Amino acid sequence: MSIGSETQAAGRLGAFDLRDPPDMDGIRACVHCGICLPQCPTYRVLGEEMDSPRGRIYLMRAAAEGRVGLTRTLVHHLDLCLGCRACETACPSGVPFGRLLEATRGQIARRAPRPLGERLLSGALLGLFTHPKRLGWALGAARFYRRSGLQRLVRATRLLAPFNRLRAMEALLPATSPGGHRPLPEVVAARGKQRGTVGLLLGCVQRLAFPRVNAETARLLTWAGYEVLIPRDQGCCGALHLHTGRIDEARVLATHLLARFGREVDFIVTNSAGCGSAMREYPHWLGADRDVEAFALKVRDVSELLAEADLPLQRLDLTVTYHDPCHLAHGQRVRLEPRKLLAAIPGVRLVELADSDLCCGSAGVYSLLEPEMADRLLEWKVQRIAATGAGILATGNPGCLLQIARGCRERGVAIEVLHPVELLGRALPEPERNGWR
Amino acid sequence: MALAQKFLRDLEAIVGRDGLVATPEGRLTYECDMHTFYKGAPDAVCLPTSTEQVASVVRLCLEARVPLVPRGSGTGLIGGAMAPYGGVMVSTTRMNRILDVDLPNRCATVEPGLINLWLTNAVKERGYFFAPDPSSQMVSSIGGNASTNAGGPHCLKYGITVNHVLGLEVVTGAGEVVRLGGKVQERPGYDLTGVVVGSEGTLGILTQVTVRLLHAPEAVKTALAVFSSVEDASEAVSGIIAAGIIPAALELLDAPIIRAIEEGIGAGYPKGAGAVLLIELDGPRAEIETQARRAAEICRDRQALEIRVARDDAERALLWKGRKEAAGAVGRLTPNWLLQDAVVPRSKLPQIMREVVAISRRYGLVIANVFHAGDGNLHPLICYDDREPGQLERAVQANEELLRACLALGGSVTGEHGVGVDKAKSLTLQYAEADLNFMARLRRVFDPQNVMNPGKLLPSHPACGEAFQPAGTGRLPAGTWV
Repeated sequence: MSIGSETQAAGRLGAFDLRDPPDMDGIRACVHCGICLPQCPTYRVLGEEMDSPRGRIYLMRAAAEGRVGLTRTLVHHLDLCLGCRACETACPSGVPFGRLLEATRGQIARRAPRPLGERLLSGALLGLFTHPKRLGWALGAARFYRRSGLQRLVRATRLLAPFNRLRAMEALLPATSPGGHRPLPEVVAARGKQRGTVGLLLGCVQRLAFPRVNAETARLLTWAGYEVLIPRDQGCCGALHLHTGRIDEARVLATHLLARFGREVDFIVTNSAGCGSAMREYPHWLGADRDVEAFALKVRDVSELLAEADLPLQRLDLTVTYHDPCHLAHGQRVRLEPRKLLAAIPGVRLVELADSDLCCGSAGVYSLLEPEMADRLLEWKVQRIAATGAGILATGNPGCLLQIARGCRERGVAIEVLHPVELLGRALPEPERNGWR
Repeated sequence: MALAQKFLRDLEAIVGRDGLVATPEGRLTYECDMHTFYKGAPDAVCLPTSTEQVASVVRLCLEARVPLVPRGSGTGLIGGAMAPYGGVMVSTTRMNRILDVDLPNRCATVEPGLINLWLTNAVKERGYFFAPDPSSQMVSSIGGNASTNAGGPHCLKYGITVNHVLGLEVVTGAGEVVRLGGKVQERPGYDLTGVVVGSEGTLGILTQVTVRLLHAPEAVKTALAVFSSVEDASEAVSGIIAAGIIPAALELLDAPIIRAIEEGIGAGYPKGAGAVLLIELDGPRAEIETQARRAAEICRDRQALEIRVARDDAERALLWKGRKEAAGAVGRLTPNWLLQDAVVPRSKLPQIMREVVAISRRYGLVIANVFHAGDGNLHPLICYDDREPGQLERAVQANEELLRACLALGGSVTGEHGVGVDKAKSLTLQYAEADLNFMARLRRVFDPQNVMNPGKLLPSHPACGEAFQPAGTGRLPAGTWV
């Protein structure tokens, strides 16, 4: 037993170096009360201290104090974290867990070499998901895979069963093709009296896997009175890079993206929770710069702007339930607006989903890197969704859309999985037509 | 000390590979509970899923004379769920099912790892609740609550955990599985349920708990009375109790704690107030209206600046969220703290609060207060920064002075947190040697080999005899388990 050993460690960085180390004040703000435990998906599944937020902070602290190195075991427990930040919502002391995790993962990425296979996989996934062109080719190949009957063959023969990660990737492929949407124009005028000008972030996955979501977002924003600017060559917001500890790459992407969105816009709008959450954190990673801070303050989830607008919504007789994307509910504290919007559609009955803000297991590329944990969380999510009896599940993040659609498909739960803007678009007086009004 | 490879293999055979934590990194995270001051990592952690597994683990440890430390959610405040002598920690987090809900007989049987609030959540739509509500109830386990005989704000009216535990299934320190008590309250023989509740894992490991469920009251009224000083608020508490009113809860929060809550949670407490009383009344509507008027008069007589009544359930829930998460929000005030759990007779509350203020000044340390005023159960949080030389020592001294002041007023060294390692020494201040030896002999009956949670609950003072010598401290033949 050692008493008061915390005193010995002040000011040391232990296993961490000085390049973006986790913030010690943030770590020390944890009073070890455990209020975060029941909110943590991995703790809910495993019941283990080292796979809880409190345990992970304790490991970071132990590493910072030099009590433990960046060992394989430590890395494993941090890898298993979804980065959902439910612990931040729960924490009364305001521990900035997401930033601590990203900083720690940054150190791990640079300093704790992983087996070659793991490095190649995470590199390949980022190279794919954050480059719309490559993702486009991959989805083209996937369309061929599906149409040629190869998919049916692979699924019927369970060919990929022994390869967890490959199987997870294959299973994510949407059942139907997103369809070719014409690219959105660079400027779309507001309808009626203009309330302001917004810049629309297209998102790497969103624009290819769910082009209709972007089209509906733009259309709804114009109905809400906004002129919508859609800069070409936006690139990637860097969220997935941040989550996987590639902090320097994230900085380069963020700087590029910032430059593409001019100062003249009133808001930067995104329909992807993960992107919105990352963009709001830019000042933390890019440093205190007036332009960066101004940009971050302008970031809005599409639901926030639409909830304030007076949309001419028409009747849809539907029962709808809503899943909180982690990076919307926990990362951006946006919970009420999407619900308010859905409930505003005449005829829609909004039923609450049990544990609506418990992660579905998608978590960026997590479902592909840690498929076992992701599957267990997906199983819970689908059970609770089925229990609502709703005909539509709405959720505002492409990762959640892919993951939940897959879970319901595989388990035979007949429910349509949509982004809230897709449902709102259906309630507008004129239907959306192939990418544009 | 490390456990023998064979022993670890035997453990793994019982709980499975995924039920055993043996890595240094994993074990490290189990080295303390919420009382991070005391650290001691176990040599292995087991996560059993059944009574049979718990019994097998206990028997294996008995045979090898390896210390056992039970742990629930690890939210204790006394260093109870840490392993001062290493050994095997038994974490009940995977035993968290509700086994039976019997509403006609108003009771439920649960596994020990079930989170306290989850039981109320499971029955509240049918109009019932589980009354013991420690502030950690959103995370702490019912097994842990029973083991420490936890209290909570509503225990003022409804009684502490022991009043709500009807029966237990326990794997004793001798490796037997015994059932104590049961659904029916009147039972022949010794009240062993009462003995085991509050025994802090020194007699055995709980594997099932049968608890009482209460019917929710007809009406609830929650109010905040705002005062300019802690002393005025304390006077009001004494006044309310003296008037014969038994509120469902009567909590005092002072200025530093209000600041932490408002920064952390934003629960609607008035910033800048010297102290507030959170008063809750429940029962038949007509009765609580009368009591509320009377309580308000008493508060005004004691210089209350303002009395605010929660307008709806949402406001009420927010006030309680602030109160319950107050200790968790202390990270906003200070990097380190010591939390005291002493009790004074309720009539002495104003007197002890003046003493707390004096001690705070004397040692130059902020002491934040949030406590069950109605019970006279104080929770002064002594804030310090271990990076500043001398602060830790001053905090420890202030802590001891406070404890002695409470005892001098006829109080107790602990109210509801338990003894653990933190208060074991202090028991000699409160009990005579004969009393302590008697308790030690009782402990031996359940735990003849001294393997159960050594170093906790009773002082291992030389004067108290060999009875307090825990396993693993020198009485073992060398090599039995190392």
